[in-house]
Amino acid sequence: MKILKSSYHVLIFLFLLTQFNGYAQEEDNALVHEFELELEAEYRYFPNKSAFEGQKDHFPSIAIQPEYSSQWNNGYESINATGFFRLDQDDNRTHWDIRELYYQKAKSNWELSIGLKKIFWGVTESNHLVDIINQTDAVESFDGEDKLGQPMIQYTLSTNYGNFDIFYLPYHRKRVFPGEKGRLRFPLVIDEDAINYESSAKEWRQDFAIRWSHFFGAFDIGLSHFYGNGREPLFAFDASGNSNAFYPVINQTGLDLQVTHNAFLWKFESIYRSSEAQDFFALVAGLEYTFSNINGNGLDIGVLGEYLYDDRDELALNALQNDIFFGSRIALNDTQDTSILIGGIADLESSSKIFSIEGSRRLGNSWKVELEGRFFSNIDNNEFILSNFREDTFLRLSISKFF
Amino acid sequence: MKKTIITVVALSIIGFANAQTPEQRGLEIAKAAEKADLGFNSSSVQLKMTLKNKNGQTSERSLTTRTLELTEDGDKSLIVFNSPKDVKGTSTLTFTHKVGSDDQWLYLPSIKRVKRISSNNKSGPFVGSEFAYEDLSSQEVEKYSYKFLEEKNGLLIVEQDPVDPKSGYTRRVVSYNKNKGYRIEKVEFYDRKNALLKTLTYSDYKLYKNKFWRAGVFNMVNHQSNKETRLEFNDYNFDVNLTDDDFSQVALKRAGN
Repeated sequence: MKILKSSYHVLIFLFLLTQFNGYAQEEDNALVHEFELELEAEYRYFPNKSAFEGQKDHFPSIAIQPEYSSQWNNGYESINATGFFRLDQDDNRTHWDIRELYYQKAKSNWELSIGLKKIFWGVTESNHLVDIINQTDAVESFDGEDKLGQPMIQYTLSTNYGNFDIFYLPYHRKRVFPGEKGRLRFPLVIDEDAINYESSAKEWRQDFAIRWSHFFGAFDIGLSHFYGNGREPLFAFDASGNSNAFYPVINQTGLDLQVTHNAFLWKFESIYRSSEAQDFFALVAGLEYTFSNINGNGLDIGVLGEYLYDDRDELALNALQNDIFFGSRIALNDTQDTSILIGGIADLESSSKIFSIEGSRRLGNSWKVELEGRFFSNIDNNEFILSNFREDTFLRLSISKFF
Repeated sequence: MKKTIITVVALSIIGFANAQTPEQRGLEIAKAAEKADLGFNSSSVQLKMTLKNKNGQTSERSLTTRTLELTEDGDKSLIVFNSPKDVKGTSTLTFTHKVGSDDQWLYLPSIKRVKRISSNNKSGPFVGSEFAYEDLSSQEVEKYSYKFLEEKNGLLIVEQDPVDPKSGYTRRVVSYNKNKGYRIEKVEFYDRKNALLKTLTYSDYKLYKNKFWRAGVFNMVNHQSNKETRLEFNDYNFDVNLTDDDFSQVALKRAGN
């Protein structure tokens, strides 16, 4: 655990706490407090013999996620806080984070948030290209949908010409990679401290982002630009073969578009990212079609197909250069919210394939069980990233209790 | 007896004079009901949903619903789930349209994602309940064609045929209470095979602002599956003064946090 490194969290927390107390006292009578707690027990099992020395096969783990919010002024002002802690076999996966801790004020057509927050942008399912505000919590999940809390000031203005979001991002958070005992890693354990910055201001580089989003009838569109420390480190190798990893300063322009027509969702995301070291273009385009209420009893079966393209050279933390994703989402719409997502990604230029299955179901009123499987199949030796994961097929079972 | 005859004669004269077909009368009643509820502007209400399966086992959800009245087009609504805890904060934003399909967005709080979803699935169950999405969407006059059936004990019975072929029903038989601001007392739903599927009864009505009738309980019984869903509403708040800004994607995210 890297408690010292997260000390800035604590400072911001204390600062905001003193601010909030002042507010809370003024409007005391209208305060609404809520507190929730999720406790999770998880077991990950990797049936194949590990590719690298030191890696384990069995990963029992527990996680805790407390959430607190208080609202006043009819919900137009609030404080929201979400913490997270996981204890795992892999020392690097044992980690804690303040997912969110922010004050928010909204008034008619504007909204302001100050603190640590999580923002999602995008429309596609297999890859989230335009989503760049938060650093990925890379040890937490394989799909990259878990994020670290990002310090920010966010101002949103709603107009007849769409929503404008402006983000001031004063601090960059490094990505954490699996430790020696962990799976889904490279032959060398990546020490996040050894990854430098292109910017001399390092993690304190003052970054900005802006997004415009709007909808017209069936169209939902978003256009965004980010200027600052990249969220993905670049791995460069010098003449003698030593690796040098760093976070570049990037400009990234993103476009996301969805057309919703009857049971069809047509989806498109693309980015252009430029930096001193590398310029590239990437896109995801696809569709989702849902056959709904098939049995007259609520069964929905959705089919998904997406094409992924990325013109990066191979020195990137991304394995999706020219791939097809196909999948199916099955929702029973029963009282226990049972749902299953099965899918696969196939490389069009090699034999590499990844299959996945994710299922979840509520038990009783306050329990939830999740099952996940990721299967690496015929991974090509030339895959820069994926070749390291060839033995990392895994099954994950988790049970959560909500308080 | 004499009185009855006179009434019948009088009614038939009126009927003759107006030369009103059952279709016209049905539409007129639906419009009268809409008119009686005009001008509420916005409201917010908390409700408890109790799902009961055929063995009598129950499960509960609690929700908050906000509605914004629009006259040019259909109403806007925002629904937030407060329980079960694993879906707490999950919210939907719906822009109902008088003609054409509705616009709908879903907010998933765990990944902070707003997703535009298809409103095609009208006939599917809402969160595993006996209410279909179309049963809970804003009831716009334009969404049905009408036929007046009969008047019974002050109740006007009107058959409504959904205009949209994606509806799960061939028809609904709706009982309007003409003495109570045309409030609806009961709806019978007939499936695509024209067999009686469900009955929805409204009870514990309360008059708000001296004009707006709101039922405290909706009870939906599915005759084919023997399952039941009961909605119990807390007091409505008609003084929330919500505006368009409270029914945006920004507001959707805010409501779900």
